[in-house]
Amino acid sequence: MSSIGTGYDLSVTTFSPDGRVFQIEYAAKAVDNSGTVVAIRCKDGVVMGVEKLIVSKMMLPGSNRRIHSVHRHAGMAIAGLAADGRQIVARAKGEATSYESTYSEPIPVKELAERVASYVHLCTLYWWLRPFGCGVIVGGCDREGPQLYMIEPSGISYRYFGAAIGKGKQAAKTEIEKLKLSEMSCREGIIEVAKIIYKLHDEAKDKAFELELSWVCDESNRQHQKVPDELLEEAKNAATAALEEMDAD
Amino acid sequence: MEKFDLDAPHSTGTTIIGVTYNGGVVLGADSRTSNGVYVANRASDKITKLTDNVYLCRSGSAADTQIVSDYVRYFLHQHTIQLGQPATVKVAASLVRLLAYNNKDMLQAGLIVGGWDKYNGGKIYGVPLGGTIIEQPFAIGGSGSSYLYGFFDQAWKEGMTKDEAEQLVVKAVSLAIARDGASGGVVRTVIINEEGVTRNFYPGDRLPLWHEELEPQNSLLDTWGAAATGPEPMSM
Repeated sequence: MSSIGTGYDLSVTTFSPDGRVFQIEYAAKAVDNSGTVVAIRCKDGVVMGVEKLIVSKMMLPGSNRRIHSVHRHAGMAIAGLAADGRQIVARAKGEATSYESTYSEPIPVKELAERVASYVHLCTLYWWLRPFGCGVIVGGCDREGPQLYMIEPSGISYRYFGAAIGKGKQAAKTEIEKLKLSEMSCREGIIEVAKIIYKLHDEAKDKAFELELSWVCDESNRQHQKVPDELLEEAKNAATAALEEMDAD
Repeated sequence: MEKFDLDAPHSTGTTIIGVTYNGGVVLGADSRTSNGVYVANRASDKITKLTDNVYLCRSGSAADTQIVSDYVRYFLHQHTIQLGQPATVKVAASLVRLLAYNNKDMLQAGLIVGGWDKYNGGKIYGVPLGGTIIEQPFAIGGSGSSYLYGFFDQAWKEGMTKDEAEQLVVKAVSLAIARDGASGGVVRTVIINEEGVTRNFYPGDRLPLWHEELEPQNSLLDTWGAAATGPEPMSM
């Protein structure tokens, strides 16, 4: 499908007559084509999950990670162009360590999100750079408690209770809205995120996928880490069971 | 004959103290700025504000400590705006330390950072000459502090009240002033806690007298007694 951006969409430094920057919107489309990322802020922490579409049967499970730890207390999940995402993660890691070197305290999640957003936005200001083709969800725990931020290719960053990007984001958002997040613990949250991702995975269009889950909460000692294997299995089983239940109706 | 190392770092006149108590901190200092034996300022304020909730006690080169505190105040101000809330004492002390350490070749600054924040309560951080940072329940610095180590070992207690802590600080500074020629003038204290900041001022005549010190005199006539008639008038 082609949008009517003729002539005004050639450079990120050009506005269209109706005030849009088409290149940034096209970058957002790249994000929309990738596997879904779902993240929720529960009462004691943040859970992030990724529907990692498996391109080839020969890939080792666990490779090509989409969720990265930026610092002990914060992590990032990427949707969109993986290579672009790696750049952003590297930059975020740098920002986090430099903040701690200067101020002797872990970088507040809000500050981290703002710095990453600034960086992403920076790359939308010059004709000799292209915008990042990825959306990023930052989840972490600091003095203010658990926080969740989403950063789009335009450089916008907002704080959320629940966020989703990628292919199934609309369906995911509807599901998230049904949840009572303020009463949910991260343990329960893991199951819910897994269920959502399994539910919106389109068997027809995409083939196999691998579920990647991470959390940062009281149970993980406020460290951002992969969800422990037994809990991951539990979540996958619960999600598959819920799907079968639905199909059975 | 001993060889004097003229290049050894030495603290120029001052006594500075920072003490934590149950609910906040008390900072104290003398008020003498000396240039050799000349007292350049007998009523200086060595306790400088970095933010509303964090103050700095300065000892060593007056110029160096003033510049360091100006820079740190500037950085902290930016940090507060970015963070959206007051900086913690630890962050303030870390910034002081970075300047002190990275410029250790050029600076002569013994500093004590003290304040209160809502996450950790009252905290004192010592940043002595080389640029180390050390969190302490109490800290002393400056040339006058040499005379206070034993005093604090004996008199310091955990969990003092605000008044006990302030009395301890005033007593300590006045002891140091009595023995250290490079410390003198008045005693200034700054109390920082959840409610805010209180500045107090103890002029020389309100300080206790120690062993063999004389009472402040208004006139030698008082020493000579009522019977004295004063100096003989000149006769032509």
